[in-house]
Amino acid sequence: MIAVRHLSKRFGTEAAPVLALSEIDFTVDEGELVVVVGPSGCGKSTLLRILAGLLPQSTGQAFLHGTKITGPRRDIGVVFQSPVLFPWRSVLNNALLPVDVQRLGRDTMRAKAMNLLKLVGLEGFEHRFPWELSGGMQQRVALVRGLIHDPALLLMDEPFGALDAMTRESMNQELQRIWMERKKTVLFITHSIGEAVYLADRVLVMTPRPGRIADVLKIDLPRPRGLDVMNTPEFGAYVKRIRTGLNASGGIE
Amino acid sequence: MNTVRNFLLRLVFIVLLLGLWEAAVRLLEIPAFLLPTPSAVGMALYRGTVTGLYQEHIGVTLMETAFGFIFGSLGGLLLGTCVALSRRFDYFIYPIVVMFQAMPKVALAPLIIVWFGLGMTSKVVNSALVCFFPLMINTIVGLRSADEDRISLMRSLAATPIQIFTMLRVPNALPYIFAGLEIAMIFALIGAIVGEFVGAQAGLGMLIQSMNFTMDVAGQFSILLILSVVGLVLNMSVTLVRKRLLFWDPASRQAGIRPDKN
Repeated sequence: MIAVRHLSKRFGTEAAPVLALSEIDFTVDEGELVVVVGPSGCGKSTLLRILAGLLPQSTGQAFLHGTKITGPRRDIGVVFQSPVLFPWRSVLNNALLPVDVQRLGRDTMRAKAMNLLKLVGLEGFEHRFPWELSGGMQQRVALVRGLIHDPALLLMDEPFGALDAMTRESMNQELQRIWMERKKTVLFITHSIGEAVYLADRVLVMTPRPGRIADVLKIDLPRPRGLDVMNTPEFGAYVKRIRTGLNASGGIE
Repeated sequence: MNTVRNFLLRLVFIVLLLGLWEAAVRLLEIPAFLLPTPSAVGMALYRGTVTGLYQEHIGVTLMETAFGFIFGSLGGLLLGTCVALSRRFDYFIYPIVVMFQAMPKVALAPLIIVWFGLGMTSKVVNSALVCFFPLMINTIVGLRSADEDRISLMRSLAATPIQIFTMLRVPNALPYIFAGLEIAMIFALIGAIVGEFVGAQAGLGMLIQSMNFTMDVAGQFSILLILSVVGLVLNMSVTLVRKRLLFWDPASRQAGIRPDKN
């Protein structure tokens, strides 16, 4: 599905390069929810921007469905840390932005957008405007926008990082529910270890300077996971292992 | 109810002020060519209106202002867009434009009269020149101020540069453009009036000038009154369009108070 091979990214000048990503190697299977966790500055956002085609890599390759990612493509959806909604578009029209850009036909996609908005609990808000919505609701609209064109891969860059802790937990539950219903392939980026373990099929632990994958962890917790899963010893063990991994490599200072 | 009371209070205050003015001029015997009484101004306004003299000249000035506004705004919009989009345009044209902007445009009025004559054309040109700059500058700033995240989003959807322009940059620039239009509207009126001062056959500016020669100060006051009303109406009409069109803009939404974040 996604295959990343020896991917590296250097920033800065020829004379004084800064290695942001070093030899990243991983795959994500069809329908898998993979979470990349790491402290800020570990290059996880850079990785996501490369996969989204927004940033060129320095060396190595990334493949989606066997074709190399060389630039932005229509079969990838992105949800950013901030909702990035257009204030002049209603909720429905924000959700339909990819449809307008990729000329997928508003008439047929309108019903789909309505369905997705219903799925995220925004029924009745279609004709509201972003500034009339709470932060959590805005991020739900962004999620619908990321899904509307039915991308093969959904990239999520700390999508709930700006929300308060309680909203964040309910958004995580919601994401799990939507993901189980839609079976999308998701690459999710976060700096919250708890969020990573709660959501992921597999966790990739990233450490900074240079950004590299220090550990890969399969999370064997039954789904759907309720919030109380966080209080189980298994959950605690996963969290502990990730934290130890990050500490050992000086990931958290 | 409170607003009605406030309105009445304001009215009473204005009437009181006018009464004070009237009394002061009469009691202190200030000559009419220095400061006319409000009643004399009112009389001048009445006389000018019933003879149809004022309407005719208002029409001329409004026409010049309207055409000046349209041409100046279109020019500012066009050149602003070119500068914002093309690096070459920015590099070669922008410095010239800025140099030109530093010069007070009204100083060009005598030249423009020489080039375009005493008729309406010269006033339209003058008006367009004066209101061109605020619009050009605001267009440039507006088109360039699109949020980085929003551009990333558009790019991630594989949007073409034209789509990024029409679907993101243009709507994003509209609040700036409308702020420019509000200024340009008033500037256009100033440009027309200054043009009429320098040399004209008709218009409110010409009327003020000729009244000045005949020491008709009450008449001049009555025209100033008309001009402020005209300016207010023109500005309000742009504001009205902005509020309807840019209902999503925080500045339009919250009655002129811009919140820290949207």
